[in-house]
Amino acid sequence: MLSRAAWSVVLRRGGLGTRGKHSLEDSALSERKMPPYTNYHAQRSYPMPDEPFCTELNAEQRALKEKEKGSWTQLSHAEKVALYRLQFHETFAEMNRRSNEWKTVMGCVFFFFGFTGLLIWWQRVYMFPEKPITLTDEWRAKQLQRILDMKANPVQGLASRWDYEKKQWKK
Amino acid sequence: MASSNLMKPQMRGLLAWHLQYHIVGIFVESLGVAALYKFAVAEPRKKAYADFYRNYDSVKDFEEMREAGIFQSAK
Repeated sequence: MLSRAAWSVVLRRGGLGTRGKHSLEDSALSERKMPPYTNYHAQRSYPMPDEPFCTELNAEQRALKEKEKGSWTQLSHAEKVALYRLQFHETFAEMNRRSNEWKTVMGCVFFFFGFTGLLIWWQRVYMFPEKPITLTDEWRAKQLQRILDMKANPVQGLASRWDYEKKQWKK
Repeated sequence: MASSNLMKPQMRGLLAWHLQYHIVGIFVESLGVAALYKFAVAEPRKKAYADFYRNYDSVKDFEEMREAGIFQSAK
């Protein structure tokens, strides 16, 4: 495993942003943080992220931010969109877009079902012991005959489906 | 703000609408499920039992079981 010094370097450089922590070396290593452990990342259950999307602004953007401090009716539509894009990574529509991830998930689930089935089949062939006597076909046939003789559930259940004259199941 | 094709969404009365819609729906649905159960399950079952016991001869039934040999106290 990494030593403590190396790990702290990785944290600072890789930028795993923990919530509420001020990154002091922000201006020196102004790199983009890696998703999804970022503070501008929003999701449907957490729609207002902690930090704005763009923290390093060029002169033009800083001028726009100054203009934002005034009356918003003075802003043009394009400026409002630009301010939104500075603050937020994605619009709600983009954030909530569908994906095809479910296909991958279901595929993997079924794959592992199949794999488990193969494992259990192998176990059945090579590992399982003999069936107990009560699960053999002869015993089960005698058991069923006894249940029918006792007329179990004769109104709507098992014995109601057996034809006692013809000694067979009712059609 | 110029919105191109989107309609303005419903802004007020959302909870009231939700409650009304669901209360009516739940009422109708519960009655429907109960009626369905009554006529698909309960009535046929009552009829099946009535038909079975209308001409039921318990002594004959007992004799058949005894012939089959399931009793220990009556051979």
